[in-house]
Amino acid sequence: MSEAASQAQAAPRVKPAPTLDNALAMGPVGRLDPRAKLVVVFAYSLLMALAYSPVMAALGVLLGFGLVAWARLGWKVFISRLVAVNLFTAFLWLFLPWQISLGQSVWGLGLVYNPDGLALALLVTLKANAVFLALLALLGSSPVNDIFHALAHLKVPSKLVTMFLLFYRYLHVMRHEYQRLRQAMQVRGFQPGSNLRTYKTYAQLMGILLVRSLERSERVYQAMLCRGFGGTFWLLDHFSWRRADTGFCLMSGLVLIVLALLQWSGISWN
Amino acid sequence: MHISEGVLSGPVLAGGAVISAAGLALGLKNIDYDKLPRVALLSAVFFVASLIHLPVGPSSIHLVLNGLVGLILGWAAFPALFVGLVLQAVLFQFGGLTVLGVNTATMALPAVLGYYLFAPFLRGGGKTAPVIAAFAAGFCAILFSAVLTGVSLYLSGEAFLGAAWAIVVANLPGMIIEGVVTAVAVLFLRKVKPELLGMGPYVE
Repeated sequence: MSEAASQAQAAPRVKPAPTLDNALAMGPVGRLDPRAKLVVVFAYSLLMALAYSPVMAALGVLLGFGLVAWARLGWKVFISRLVAVNLFTAFLWLFLPWQISLGQSVWGLGLVYNPDGLALALLVTLKANAVFLALLALLGSSPVNDIFHALAHLKVPSKLVTMFLLFYRYLHVMRHEYQRLRQAMQVRGFQPGSNLRTYKTYAQLMGILLVRSLERSERVYQAMLCRGFGGTFWLLDHFSWRRADTGFCLMSGLVLIVLALLQWSGISWN
Repeated sequence: MHISEGVLSGPVLAGGAVISAAGLALGLKNIDYDKLPRVALLSAVFFVASLIHLPVGPSSIHLVLNGLVGLILGWAAFPALFVGLVLQAVLFQFGGLTVLGVNTATMALPAVLGYYLFAPFLRGGGKTAPVIAAFAAGFCAILFSAVLTGVSLYLSGEAFLGAAWAIVVANLPGMIIEGVVTAVAVLFLRKVKPELLGMGPYVE
C-alpha cells in the first residue's frame, strides 16, 4: 500500500467543518462595491417586508432568482440554504391554514380550514424567498470582512464595527479551539447521546471555551495596546467606487421605485 | 427561534428595531474600549455554541445559551447576540436585515431579564441557590424567547396563533436542556473563573 493510501485511511473520522466565510462570486456581482450592495439589499428588504400583494412578492422572487443567476454562486450553496430558509415557511404552511376552534369542553378542539391563512402562507413564503435570494446574491457574494468594512464606511457606530471585526476574527479561533477539544473527547471515547452525562459534558466544554476566550481577550487587548489602540480601529480597506456601482445603484433604485409604485398606486390585485 | 424575513408586519418590525436600538445603545455604553475584546470573544464562543447540536431522542437541538449570555454580560447581551445574528444573516441568509431588530429583542430581552432576576443568587456561598438560579436562568431565557417570538407572530396576524403556540411547545425540551447546561456551566465557572460571573477571584 502506498504511503498516501495509508494516510488516507488514517485520516480522522471528524469531517473538517466548512469555513465560515462567503466565497467570492464568479459573476460580476462579486466585484460590486459592498457599500452599494448593502444599501440596495437593505432598501429591497424593507420594501419586500412591507409588501402585501402576492404579485409583487412573486416579482420579487423572480428578481431574486435573476440576481442569484447573475452572481453565479454555485448550486450546492444555493440549494442547501434555500432548503434551510424554507423549513420555517414549511412550518408556517403546516399551521396557518388551520384555525383552532374551541368547543364546549377542552376535548372539543376542532380544526377549521381557514382560506385566509392559506393565502397568508403563500404571501409569506414568496416574501421570505424574495429577500433570501437577494441577500444570498448580494451579501453572499462578498467576503464577510468586506461587508463589515462597508458597514463602517456607512457610518455604523465604530464601537459596534470594532466588535464585529474582533468577533469575526476570533470566531474562527474559538471554533478551532472547540474542534480540538471535541476531537480530544472523541479520542477518549465520548459518544453523545440523549442523556444527562452528554449535556453536562457539553456544559463543561462551554465553560472551558468561555474561560479560554476570557484569557485570550486579555492578551488580545494587550497586543492591541502595543500597536497603539486608542479607541479607533483603523480600517485598511478603502473601496473604490466604480462606474458599474453607480449603474447598479441607479438600476436598482429604478426597479425598487417601479415595484413600490406597482403596489401603492392603488391598482387592485384581486 | 429566528423568524425569517417577510413574515412579520411593519409595526412589529419597527417595534423590534426600536427596542433593539435602545438595548444596543445601552449595552455598548456599558462596554468600555478595554472590555471590547472581551465581549467580542465571548460572543464568538456563544456563536460557536449555537453551531453545536445536542442529541434529543431521535432529533437534535442546537444550543442558544442566551440565559448564560445574560448572566455573564448583562446589558452587553444586546450587542453580543446582535453581532451573531448579523453574521447569520450575512453568512447563511438566516433571518434577514429587517427582522434583525425583532430577533435581537426576542433573544436579548430574556437574557437581560435573567441577569436582574437570577445573577444575584449566583454569588452566594452555598451550592443549591446558584444551581437553581442558573437552571432557572437557562430555562426562562428560552421560555421567554419562545413566548416573545410567538407574540411577535401573533401581533402580525391572528392566523399565526397556532404557529405561535407550536413554537412555545416545541421549545419545551430545549428549555430543560438549556437549564441543565447553564447550571453546570455556572458551577464550572464559579470554580474556575468566578470573575466571569461578576464575582471576585476568591469568593469561597
